[in-house]
Amino acid sequence: MRTDTLAASETTGTRTPAVLLRGLTKKFGAVTAVNQLDLRIEPGEVVAFLGPNGAGKTTTIDMMLGLARPTQGSVEVYGLAPTEAINQGRIAAVMQTGGLLKDVSVAEIVRMTASFFANTRPVDEVLERAGIADIADRRVAKCSGGQQQRLRFALALLPDPDLMVLDEPTTGMDVEGRRDFWNAIRTDAQAGRTVLFATHYLEEADAYADRIVLIRKGQVVADGTASEVKALAAGRQVRATLPGADEVRLAALPGVDRAEVRGETVLLHTNDSDGVARYLLTQTTARDLEITSRNLEDAFLALTSGEDTDLEGVSR
Amino acid sequence: MTAAALPRTTVDRRPPLGGFSLTYLALEIRRVLRNRRSLFFILIMPAVFFLLFGLPQKGQNIDQANSAAAIAYIMISLAVYGAMTASTATGGAVAVERAQGWSRQLRLTPLRPPAYVATKVLSALSLSLLSVLVEFVVGSIGGVRMPAHVWLLAGLGAWLGSLVFAALGLFVGYLAPAENVMQFMGPILALLALFGGLFVPLEVLPHVMRTIAKFTPVYGVGSIARSPLTHDFSWVAVLNVVGWTAFFGLGAALLFRRDTARV
Repeated sequence: MRTDTLAASETTGTRTPAVLLRGLTKKFGAVTAVNQLDLRIEPGEVVAFLGPNGAGKTTTIDMMLGLARPTQGSVEVYGLAPTEAINQGRIAAVMQTGGLLKDVSVAEIVRMTASFFANTRPVDEVLERAGIADIADRRVAKCSGGQQQRLRFALALLPDPDLMVLDEPTTGMDVEGRRDFWNAIRTDAQAGRTVLFATHYLEEADAYADRIVLIRKGQVVADGTASEVKALAAGRQVRATLPGADEVRLAALPGVDRAEVRGETVLLHTNDSDGVARYLLTQTTARDLEITSRNLEDAFLALTSGEDTDLEGVSR
Repeated sequence: MTAAALPRTTVDRRPPLGGFSLTYLALEIRRVLRNRRSLFFILIMPAVFFLLFGLPQKGQNIDQANSAAAIAYIMISLAVYGAMTASTATGGAVAVERAQGWSRQLRLTPLRPPAYVATKVLSALSLSLLSVLVEFVVGSIGGVRMPAHVWLLAGLGAWLGSLVFAALGLFVGYLAPAENVMQFMGPILALLALFGGLFVPLEVLPHVMRTIAKFTPVYGVGSIARSPLTHDFSWVAVLNVVGWTAFFGLGAALLFRRDTARV
C-alpha cells in the first residue's frame, strides 16, 4: 500500500487511529472476500471506500462493526474491539438496506433505539440534523427510500459517534435525495466526525471524500486523494508535436509507461506528467504541449477490472 | 483534512439491565395493539366466539358428570385461546424483525440479546393478560358466574400457561426467516386449539384424536386453566405444559444462539 499519499500519516505519529485494520482476512469457505487488508484511518478523515460489487467493502465494514468475525487479522476502532466501540457509542453505522421496523413512526423508532443506549443526543436533535423533523409522525413504511436512509442516519447520530460508517448509503436514491443526504453528512463531518463510506458511485467518492481507498478482490489497490487515485490508475496523457521523435528514447523516460509516435505527434502515457512536460519543453523542440487527465470513472475501471499484473505498478 | 476528532473522554453507553427498558416494552405493546389484524385475533375473535358458541349454552351444565356451567367452561377455553394466539404472535414477530434486518440493526447498539428476548416475552405476557381480561369481562357481562377464586385461578392458568406459546412463537420466529410466519402459524394454532379441546369438548372427537390431543401443549394449558372450575386438576397436565415450555424454550435458545453468533 502506498503510504506516501496518506496526508495524515505524515503529521500523526502516536495518535490512536479511528480505524486500524491489520492483515484483515475473511474467508467464506473457499472464497476469500477480504484478503490481508491493511488500512489506517486517522480521526477527522472523510474516506471513501470505493470498489465494484463483490470487492469486499461490505464484508470489511461488517468486521469493523463486529457483525462478522475476521478469519485472520485484527480490527481496532479507536483502539477498541468493535463490540466495545459500539458499547461506548464511538462507532455507528448506516447500513445499505433493511434494519428498520415498518409499522412504527419515525419518532418512535428513534425513541426506541435511544432506549438501547445509556445516554444519547436528544431525539428532536437527531431528527433535525438528519433533516426529517417534519416527518417525525410518519410511519416508516410510508417513507421514501431517501427518507428511510436519513432515518438510518438519525439513528446512527444518537450515540454521537466519533466514527460514522455508511455502507452504500445512497443506493436507490434519486439525484436530489442523494444531494440532500450528502449535504447532511458533509455538514456533520465538518464538526470533526470521522466518516467512512462505501460506494460504487465514483462521483460521490470524488465529490465528498478527502481520501479514496480503492479496493478490489478484498485488497487495497489504490489509496490517496481523488486526483492521486486518478493519476495512479490512468496516469496522464502528454501530447505534443515533435518532428522526428525517437519513440524508444521517449518510452524510456522516467514515469512513462507507453509512448506512441503518430507522424509528428507524440502521445506519452505517464504518471509523471510534470517531469515529462519539463523534459519535452526544455530538452526537445516539442510544441503544442497538452496534458489530459482521465476521469475518475476511467481510473476506477482501470484499477478494478485490470489483471493482477497490471496493478503491481500502481498499488506500490 | 479536518482537524482532530471531537474531544471526548471514554463514555460507556451501555444501559443498565442490558438495555431492557419500559420505553421499549411499552412501544412493543403499542405496536401490537395498533395492528388491526392482531387486535382481531387476540381480542375480538375470542369474544365473538364466546357470543356465538358460549351464550347459547347458558344455563346448561358441562355434562351429567360435571355440574359446572358450560358457559364458564367455554369462556375459560376461549380465554386460553386468546392468550395463546397473543403469545405466539408476539414471539413469532421475531421472524418478521429478523427478515426486516431489525435484529441486525440491534447489534449495532449496546442492547443485549437476552434483554431483547425478555422484552418479547414480557410483551407476549402483557398481551395475553389483556386477552384473558377482555374475554373474562365479556363472559361476566354475558352471564358467567363463578366464585372469586375460580376467576382468579382460571385467569392465572390461562395467562401464565401462555408462556409455553411465547416460547413456541420465539422458536418458530428463530426457525423461519419469513415475514409471513403468522400466516402459516394461524392454521396450526387453530388445529392445536381443536386438539386442546378449546373449541369443542374432546369427547366429541374420535378416540385416536383424543389420545393424540392429550399430548399437545394446548390440552395441558386448557385443562389446568379449567381445573378450578371442573375440579379435575392433574399433574399430568402440569408435566405436559412444563415439558413443552422446556422443549420450545430450549429450541428457541439454541436457534437464538445460532442467530446471534458472529459468522
